[in-house]
Formats: sequence, structure tokens, C-alpha cells
Amino acid sequence: MKKILLILLILIINSNNVYSIEPDVFVQSTVNRASQILSKNITKEEKINELKSIAKETVDIRGVGFYSLGVARKNLNDNQKIQYSKLFEDYFLKSFSSRLAEYTNPEIEVKDKKVLNKNYTIVNSLLIATTERPEVKIDWRVYTKDPENPLIRDLIIEGLSLARTQKEEFSSILNSNDGDINALFKTLEEFSQN
Amino acid sequence: MYKKFAISLISIFLLSSNAFSASDGELKLSENEQPKKIKDCFEKLNKITFSFNQGLDKALIKPIAKGYKKLPDPLQKGTSNAVKNLSTLVTIPNNVLQGDIKLAAINTGRLVVNSTIGLLGIIDVANKMGFPKYVKEDYGQTLGAWGVGPGCYIVLPVLGPSTVRDTVGSFANVMGGDPWYNASAHGNNEFLSESVYMTSKALSGIEFRANNIESLDNLEKNSVDFYASVKSLYLQDRENKIENQNRGNIEVIYKNEEDWEELDSQ
Repeated sequence: MKKILLILLILIINSNNVYSIEPDVFVQSTVNRASQILSKNITKEEKINELKSIAKETVDIRGVGFYSLGVARKNLNDNQKIQYSKLFEDYFLKSFSSRLAEYTNPEIEVKDKKVLNKNYTIVNSLLIATTERPEVKIDWRVYTKDPENPLIRDLIIEGLSLARTQKEEFSSILNSNDGDINALFKTLEEFSQN
Repeated sequence: MYKKFAISLISIFLLSSNAFSASDGELKLSENEQPKKIKDCFEKLNKITFSFNQGLDKALIKPIAKGYKKLPDPLQKGTSNAVKNLSTLVTIPNNVLQGDIKLAAINTGRLVVNSTIGLLGIIDVANKMGFPKYVKEDYGQTLGAWGVGPGCYIVLPVLGPSTVRDTVGSFANVMGGDPWYNASAHGNNEFLSESVYMTSKALSGIEFRANNIESLDNLEKNSVDFYASVKSLYLQDRENKIENQNRGNIEVIYKNEEDWEELDSQ
């Protein structure tokens, strides 16, 4: 009986591990996919569309959105939260993919990873130098609450956090408009439509 | 000289008044919620100066930087090495002031090697000899390392983003803290003058701008508030430099941990 229980326990543990994805493997496979798209002989518009679909799968866009909102997120009602999530996703996908589309065939090597806690692992990587630019350190904040479905929450480029920069941009817009969330909504909408 | 002294005094006053004004209840709250939030006390003026700098950049600095990028690579590399070599003259005293005597000795060695064998710094011989990677230090960083707070965020005409502390630090260069300035302005020799010093500083700025043409264009194009983006990136970079954190170091990332944790608990 003891043996059966032990076997069952091992099976359960194993079945839990089968689908968990290591954050460094996840990042490397994501950058490889992006790199493949960027080196394809297709139009910039097509590249942007393909990059957007990768971002939808691999980035916690909703989480990044609410982080970027800072303390203002606490004052949103349910309707505003839905509206904001939609606006932020459009803004994020446009901003993220058009930034990436500027690169041609970027080669990124994952070097190391550090587990911060059960929710976060930082994956260290290096954008390999070319004749045009020096090497660039890129760290990825990977959200690992669901180990089967890790998601990217921040990119820290040479020590500079993109999420923090975005949060401070949003905070500046809110401060300039007496905290009016609609002003931020309008800015995001205009950005996405242009 | 009197003018410089007066400006330094005003800057120090602004810095100290900010330190006092920050020591209220709000600081405790901001420590918990947003560590080291730096006040934009002169926001309106800063935004005007920022617009002016953007205009100047578009009309003059960026075109010059683009022209510089077209120069042959060895010429660009030599210029970059030479201005970097001159910056070690400020880095060395700051290594000493921060108590890093070993690094000061290494940088002195680098300066001697590059200024002689490296033909006035044009060739980075020290790098080829295996000296450790060069990290610039300035008086603003030293003040920060001594525990002086950044004071308010300010945008300087032409020079761009800074803080009151970093501006005071910059004045230290022309108050005797930069041997290159001392030799140029007061050296009493026929080869150097204040304009030679200013030219070297301008070259340093052009070189920085040339290296960041694409990244700044990209940032501007994808920002919903470019002023806030530049401010955020400048302040993050200074924080990292003052704490001598290697870029990508885990301590840099940990700074924002509370915010992320709070997000998960909601």
C-alpha cells in the first residue's frame, strides 16, 4: 500500500512538472521566434503584425498595464478597468512592435537567470554587438506565478526598466491633467490611431 | 570667477533647501510607495527648456551628430578614445573621494599609458593591455555616494537633464576639480585655452548624441510623454551609477519589487 502511495505521489509530482517551462528557455525561445520574424524577407507591416501576435502570447499585457498605471489603478471602476485594458493593449502592441521592428536580425543570447521569488525570475541576456552598435544587456522580468505559462512583465535594458519608464510617463500625463484618467485614455487612443 | 562662485552658492542653497523640504511626512510615504521619487520642482520651466533643447537639437546638434557618424570609423574611434581619456582626469579624483584608492591607481595607470603610448589617448592601449573596463565617475556621483540627495530634477539649457546635486557637481569641474580645465584655462601655455576645453566638451556631447541617434528617435516616436521618458531614463541611469551597480545587476531590479508585489496582491 505504501509503495502504491509512493508511486502515485511521484506520478503526481512528475505530472505537475511535465508542463512547467523554465523562464530562461521561455525567453530564449521567444527571442528566437522574434529574431526569425525580423530576419524574414517580408514587409515591415507584416513583421509588426507577426511580432504583435508573439507579444500577445508571451507578455502579460494586462499586468504591465496595471503596473504602469501606478496608484491610479486603485481608483478605477470596473468599466474603466475594461476600457483601460483595451486601450493599453492597443498602445502597448503598437509601441512594442514598432520599437522591435527597427532591428534587423538581432541575436540575443540568454546567459543566466535569478529567481527573485515564486512569482518572478529575472533572465539575463545579451544582445550581441554588431558593427553598428555595442552589445546591450537585457534582463527580462518573467512572471512565474503559473509555471506552465510564464509571461514577460518587464524588460530592463542596460539597467533601465521599460515598465518603470512607462509608469512615469503615465504618471506625468495624469499629473498634468489633475489626475483625470480620461486624459490618459485619450492620449493612449491617439497614439494607437496615429 | 565671481559669477561661477555665486552660481555654485545658489545651487548649494537650492540643494540644501530641497533636502529640508523633503524631510517631512511625505518622505516616509514616498519611501514606502515609490522609493527615491525625485521632485520636479521647476516643471514648467523645465518643460520650456526641454522644448528649447529639442529645437536646438533638431536644428544644430543632430545634424552635426549625423555628419560625425559619416566620418571614417578610425577617426570616430580616435575622437571617442581621446575624450574618454580626458574624462579620466575627473574620474581619478572622484575614485579617491569615494575611497576607492585601488581604482584610482588603476585609472592613473590607464591615463599614463593612453596619454603616452596611446598618443594623447587616441588609441586605448590600456584596454588592449587588459585593464579593467573603464567606468566614468563625476562629482555628482561622489556627492551622491556621500549621501547628498539629488535635490530637484532640472533641465539645463543645451546640457539637458540633471538634478541640483549633479549640477553642483558639474560646477566643481570649473572650480578646480578638473585638471584638464585648469590646464586649459589657467595653464599659461600657448597650446591650450578655455576654447580648447569647450571644444573637447562639445566633441564629447556630439559623440554621445551620434551614438544615440536611432535610440533617441525611437524613444521619441514611441513615447506618449517624451519629457517624462527622458527624465525617467536619466534618473534611473544616475541612480545606478551612484550606487555603482553594474547594469543588469539584481539590486537594480529589486528596487521596484514592492510595486510588482502589490500588483499581485490585488
